Amino acid sequence: MYRSNVLVCGGTGCTSSDSLKIVEKLKEEIAKKGLEKEVNVITTGCFGLCALGPIMVVYPEGSFYSMVKVEDVPEIVEEHLLKGRIVTRLLYQETVQEDTIKSLSKTAFYAKQKGVALRNCGVINPEKIDEYIAMDGYAALGKALTEMTPESVIQTILDSGLRGRGGAGFPTGLKWKFAAANDADQKYVCCNADEGDPGAFMDRSVLEGDPHAVLEAMAIAGYAIGASKGYIYVRAEYPIAVKRLQIAIDQAHEYGLLGDNIFGTDFSFDIKLRLGAGAFVCGEETSLMTSIEGKRGEPRPRPPFPALKGLYQKPTILNNVETYANVAQIILKGADWFASMGTEKSKGTKVFALGGKINHTGLVEVPMGTTLREIVEEIGGGIPGGKKFKAAQTGGPSGGCIPAEHLDVPIDYDNLIAIGSMMGSGGLIVMDETTCMVDIAKFFLEFTVDESCGKCTPCRIGTKRLLEMLEKITSGKGTLEMIDEMEDLCYYIKANSLCGLGQTAPNPVLSTLRYFRDEYIAHVVDKKCPAGVCKDLLEYSIDKDKCFGCGMCAKQCPVGAITVTDYTAPGKKKPAYEIDHSKCIKCGACMDTCKFNAITKG
Amino acid sequence: MKSLAELQAIRDKAKAELNLRQENPDAIRVLVGMATCGIAAGARPVLNAFTEEIAKRGLQNVTITQTGCIGICQFEPVVEIEVPGEEKVTYVKMTPEKAVRIVNDHLVNKNVVTEYTIGANT
Repeated sequence: MYRSNVLVCGGTGCTSSDSLKIVEKLKEEIAKKGLEKEVNVITTGCFGLCALGPIMVVYPEGSFYSMVKVEDVPEIVEEHLLKGRIVTRLLYQETVQEDTIKSLSKTAFYAKQKGVALRNCGVINPEKIDEYIAMDGYAALGKALTEMTPESVIQTILDSGLRGRGGAGFPTGLKWKFAAANDADQKYVCCNADEGDPGAFMDRSVLEGDPHAVLEAMAIAGYAIGASKGYIYVRAEYPIAVKRLQIAIDQAHEYGLLGDNIFGTDFSFDIKLRLGAGAFVCGEETSLMTSIEGKRGEPRPRPPFPALKGLYQKPTILNNVETYANVAQIILKGADWFASMGTEKSKGTKVFALGGKINHTGLVEVPMGTTLREIVEEIGGGIPGGKKFKAAQTGGPSGGCIPAEHLDVPIDYDNLIAIGSMMGSGGLIVMDETTCMVDIAKFFLEFTVDESCGKCTPCRIGTKRLLEMLEKITSGKGTLEMIDEMEDLCYYIKANSLCGLGQTAPNPVLSTLRYFRDEYIAHVVDKKCPAGVCKDLLEYSIDKDKCFGCGMCAKQCPVGAITVTDYTAPGKKKPAYEIDHSKCIKCGACMDTCKFNAITKG
Repeated sequence: MKSLAELQAIRDKAKAELNLRQENPDAIRVLVGMATCGIAAGARPVLNAFTEEIAKRGLQNVTITQTGCIGICQFEPVVEIEVPGEEKVTYVKMTPEKAVRIVNDHLVNKNVVTEYTIGANT
């Protein structure tokens, strides 16, 4: 029995800022003080507040240390763990009040969150099955196998209103019901862990922080549809997730929670990992299954849908990681409990990966129906530098942007589609007034052009032509007719592409056209980029009356475009500088160094 | 895994360790003075005695915390027990043996061990 638990985040974010070295140092210092029998050090999954990593939480006090460095560890061990004096200097400052420490669950970041899919992330050690079991893990599988029929499992999932968290929002129970209805000698349960949207990391965090939750749900799904084999298709770029999944699978086998005759019943189930090679299209269901079969990852037309002919031409269900992470809780606590959260047509919670121009970059889980304003301003802590909110991009390259006028729309599947975006897998990128919306559309188009598999023409050639038009507009060569042509092409690509990648690829263009058409027009007519991003439309210049002639900008200029003039402004001692526009590469280095705000762009 | 009972057994065993990782405002707090004065007077064996005894009895709702010097160094080792809604009790000149009795009498049976308190020792 330990009197104290020290939890250190071992998710990808904190690991990349050396949290594993912190764990090592902690163990070393604890041994030095002879506390190894009293203090337990646990490496957990993601706590969500990635912006403040590496994160360390000490229980029973619940002290939340943020941005911990290896050098801080001896002080924490000596002062806190040995002498019981919390090192206030290193605490997350929002938890520090005059004479007490505020509970973490009451801070702005966590207060409105509700942990369902992420309930064990940052609580348990994901490499120990016992800790998952202690949090009621595998109890849902036990309940399903011993007390429920496959039909009642499916009915429970249907009643809960759970919809696919991968983005499209198809009712999970319905998917299971279709697959269960098809007879076959073999069926398959697949998990889509090929999280490819730029800026999305929800699934990675679930796999790293609570891998057993996914395994348990897949076994439940196997029982429900009558499958004995499962595959998890996970990106090879997620090494920590892959490692922890394999450990989890091995431990579940050791305990007999995977394998033959689970809980002494006739039900047997096994799960294998398949690593994706980094193609975005393999997140599309038919491509993913083709890739598992060992073939080149390309989509095929539907129907037949996977519920009838999926992996190896057998009935198959494919659900996303986050969808599975909800399943065990629904079985244990009941459909009504799950359906009590969220909005009328979107039940439960949703995990968002919050990024971009926001103070609290990280992972948040909120009930469906939470407004974007609550997520950005309260949980996310607002926009750095006091800048103004411009839009939020949801759904990555398949989604769209939500402008400031829709900040108070309750977020759920149907509301987002109504305002021209989509839920997507949960990436939420916040943009401020210094972001150019045409440039953002171009960024996502570059991504889809790269990732288009090339099988169908509308996607292969259509997205390329679309990108070329965007490039012309951002370099000042666009025309007003081009904007209309672009819009037509968008609808053509959407209507004629083979799979979801092409069908949704024009969304970033369409939604920025819908809400920020004036920015497109400014690029085309005025040849200006209002946000000051598109380099071809920018010009840096020095206000000679503000210039003190210090010459710092000239020193910084990498191409020698800044030279001294013979004009000295009234009241200044040295002559002013000027920029040769024919040499300027518009890197902005001069503007960053000028202490007198004498350099402007526009 | 052949039965639900087997799963339950693993769960119960692992549960105690995880109880510590939840914020529990209703928990009884055992505060052991672990400043230089406390450590010098032998607070560490006292702390360990509390930990072991509480684990042995499987008490779920108790947290053990070290605390700094509270200014009565001549009475160290000092242990304070805070039961939510009740007045704090301060035990002085603690030993591991006294700790075992306090767990039994005070934490389990809710009887303050008056003879060990600061009131009886001044």
